[in-house]
Amino acid sequence: MGGYTGEELTAIFLMQGFSGLSLFCVFLLMALGLAIIFGQMGVINMAHGEFLTLGAYITYLVSYLASDTWPFLLDYYFPVAIALAFLGTFILGYLVERFLIRFLYNRPLDTLLATWGLGLILQQIFRSVFGPREKSVVLPDWLMGSFQASDMVDIPINGVMVVALTVVMTIGVFFLLYRSRWGIKVRATTQNRAMANAAGINTEKVDRLTFALGCGIAGVAGAAFTTIASTGPTTGSLYIVDTFLVVVFGGAASLLGTVASAFGIAQSQSILSFFLSGSMAKVITLMTVVGILMFRPQGLFASKVRR
Amino acid sequence: MTSPILLAVEGLTVSFDGFKAVDDLSLYVERNEVRVVIGPNGAGKTTLLDLICGKTRATDGSIKFKDTELTRLAEDKIVHEGVGRKFQTPSIYENLTVFQNLELSYPKGRTVFGSLFFRRTPAITARVKEIAEMIYLDDDLEKSAGLLSHGQKQWLEIGMLLIQDPELLMLDEPVAGMSVVERERTAELLNRISTNRSVLVIEHDMDFVKDIAHKVTVLHQGKVLAEGKMDDIQKNERVIEVYLGH
Amino acid sequence: MDKPDTQALAASRWMDKFGGRGKLIQILIIAFLIMVVLPLCADIFRLNLYGKYLTYAFVAAGLVLCWGYGGILSLGQGIFFGLGGYCMAMFLKLEASSPENTAIQSTPGIPDFMDWNQLTELPWFWQPFHSFTLTLILIVAVPALFAFLIGFAMFKRRVGGVYFAIITQAIASIMTILIIGQQGYTGGINGITDLRTLMGWDIQTDFAKYVLYFACCGALLLCLLAGQFIINSRYGQLLIAMRDQEDRVRFSGYDVANIKIFVFVAASVISAIGGAFFTLQVGFMSPSFVGTVASIEMVIFCAVGGRLSLIGAAYGAFLVNLAKSSLSETFPQLWVVAMGALFIAVVMLFPRGLAGLVDDYAGPVRRWMKETFKRPQPAPAVEKKTAPPASNTSPDSAPILSAQESH
Repeated sequence: MGGYTGEELTAIFLMQGFSGLSLFCVFLLMALGLAIIFGQMGVINMAHGEFLTLGAYITYLVSYLASDTWPFLLDYYFPVAIALAFLGTFILGYLVERFLIRFLYNRPLDTLLATWGLGLILQQIFRSVFGPREKSVVLPDWLMGSFQASDMVDIPINGVMVVALTVVMTIGVFFLLYRSRWGIKVRATTQNRAMANAAGINTEKVDRLTFALGCGIAGVAGAAFTTIASTGPTTGSLYIVDTFLVVVFGGAASLLGTVASAFGIAQSQSILSFFLSGSMAKVITLMTVVGILMFRPQGLFASKVRR
Repeated sequence: MTSPILLAVEGLTVSFDGFKAVDDLSLYVERNEVRVVIGPNGAGKTTLLDLICGKTRATDGSIKFKDTELTRLAEDKIVHEGVGRKFQTPSIYENLTVFQNLELSYPKGRTVFGSLFFRRTPAITARVKEIAEMIYLDDDLEKSAGLLSHGQKQWLEIGMLLIQDPELLMLDEPVAGMSVVERERTAELLNRISTNRSVLVIEHDMDFVKDIAHKVTVLHQGKVLAEGKMDDIQKNERVIEVYLGH
Repeated sequence: MDKPDTQALAASRWMDKFGGRGKLIQILIIAFLIMVVLPLCADIFRLNLYGKYLTYAFVAAGLVLCWGYGGILSLGQGIFFGLGGYCMAMFLKLEASSPENTAIQSTPGIPDFMDWNQLTELPWFWQPFHSFTLTLILIVAVPALFAFLIGFAMFKRRVGGVYFAIITQAIASIMTILIIGQQGYTGGINGITDLRTLMGWDIQTDFAKYVLYFACCGALLLCLLAGQFIINSRYGQLLIAMRDQEDRVRFSGYDVANIKIFVFVAASVISAIGGAFFTLQVGFMSPSFVGTVASIEMVIFCAVGGRLSLIGAAYGAFLVNLAKSSLSETFPQLWVVAMGALFIAVVMLFPRGLAGLVDDYAGPVRRWMKETFKRPQPAPAVEKKTAPPASNTSPDSAPILSAQESH
């Protein structure tokens, strides 16, 4: 990177840093749901990306309806879309747990295969219903445009919106898991199922809700995703491998770790891609992560537990 | 015969995030001795065995077995040195037969290629049968190990250790969950096998302890509280206080 | 009377090393099917396709070893299939890029895609592939070394189960991005194409296709035999024991990591051989056979056939691919759904795969046949059966077929 002055470098870092921020948001939004499902339940949900896609398509439908039928509602559809995206994916997640995951709790590797199959089916359904081409939502006016932070730095509003949504959801998940009664039940079930049962917790219900909630969060992630990119049938699956790496790298059960690792991976990928080709940036980032995981398999943030 | 001490544990400490499960503990086991370690729950008994066999790594201190320092040795190397360890819950290979369980524990063909080209010799078959007889399972050689009763599983695991002929045998609650008859037969078994090796046992059952122990060590909060003959231990006031006060 | 008896005993001992007479007969049946029946029934175009499906049987057989027996699910077997395939493709490409053939390029003598990407010199890692002997060695050595490095790093630190699956999947993803990104060195997304001759021998003639098909069959049978040998040795029992009670194996004086590394390397080498035959028969190699999707499909080939049966996995790979190409030709959308449903069904309904189904339904039939057509047995034979204890305890007679995961 010899050819750049310090000032230019700062500008590059800022600009790339901001574009890395939206990648960070996608990673984190997807990882939040995964962190609950994988971190708390130990279930590998390979169809998680498709839940995000479903949320995005629901948002697209709502926006389509709003712009097509009731144009005066266009400014307000987004909160409705988020709610519906959550609801839709929550219900699907609930059903998936009830009819699929439930039978596979002691076979984690089999869950992986079954959910991969589920993902394939969902992708094909998306393709049949929405067509193979990518769909973009109609953004309400207040999400468009950008504000000028300085004469070199230009910040798009939809980007800010996604960041805000990510922050809100991260905090929400944190409170849900670590400060709510339900969170205690979830963690109790994770740590000792038999004991939790004996203490009067309906662990089956906890499992079902936990899984559904993780999926619902993916749905909201999908809604947020529509504001920065368009949606295709395989949109979610493009991120699934990376997101799993994010969760594992962060230390599966640690929310702080997930945030840190999503940030680290997204930013280094984005900043490196200015100096190298995009694919090499990704290769180097992922290789570094895999390399670190080989030396520190428990991930970045994991407490030392007595075995 | 060299030194009478087979195992010397000195200043052993392990801490999990600040909690010292074993704290500056010293313990000496002689050759051909049966030593029983007792103590209330959480006293660090199982952790002590974990440390000796390498399952947990010590934070500080040393474990000398004969002339070898065990604290830095890999688990399988510790076994090769002559230390065998039985787990609290019977861990046997449920999907293999009793014969296969024992044969797989026979100390030969332990490397990848050694096991690929392993050949059963009449000597090995004989040895497996000999051990099976010792652990009262000679009629069940072809039975799948998963079908054995709980007590038989415990014996099988002891047999899997015996076939390796270890100099130090460590047993974690060998009679837990056994019937009275099984308990007596286990005591008999232990007395028989301890003639040419040292045995380190963790046990709660005091009658059983009386039957087998040469010497008893009482652990409390990771430290040695008392050590001596069973009769003396039973009179020791601090021991009584710890056990009753717990 | 005595002498033939000991001979028979020696023969049966020898067969026990490969899982007993029954398994060897099953392998012979496969040999008959793929080397006699298929060539008689299909024209060379079809047979060439079948040969392609059979290359996946290598991968599936490798997965039986490392996933079914070792409990290690690798979602990166495409890496090794690809490494084997690319090694072969690099040799063939260099041969196709002789200075005479590439005289019109700005740098003659290097592969066309390098020329298009402004490379003027053959990269160093292409150099060994001028030699056929070296290529044959590298087809096995490169994947073996790579698998060893991954296995060593992971298993020595006791990483297993889902973590191993996720990390191998990530590595497969990295490999694909790398191959696609480094067009000038690898041929990019199109892969290495236009492979025509092997040491001057045109591999696109019908005759050559026949030869390659039979060579592929032969190699597959050898790999199946090697696999049978592995799972019927003491080492194979150790794999089962390790799935049950890893700590007990460790504290019986075994280095568990080495056992896992070996089975992972063995699986990878078998996959790589399949990859090399793929390149030879199909005539090109591309990153789409390396990536995460390809790799996880390979797992399903194995699962459909039966994760605990080498022979089943070979059938599984062949049948799934047969179904894939016939379905996706006529109903491309339906195929994706069918594939998805297959993943779910194989996990939920028949986790032991085709081999399990055959066991369930053929077992009673076979027993019934034995009962009905029982021949009067000579007395000494009965005695002989009880004489060597446990000599015929092949692992598949024990109930290891419960397809439970250990993690």
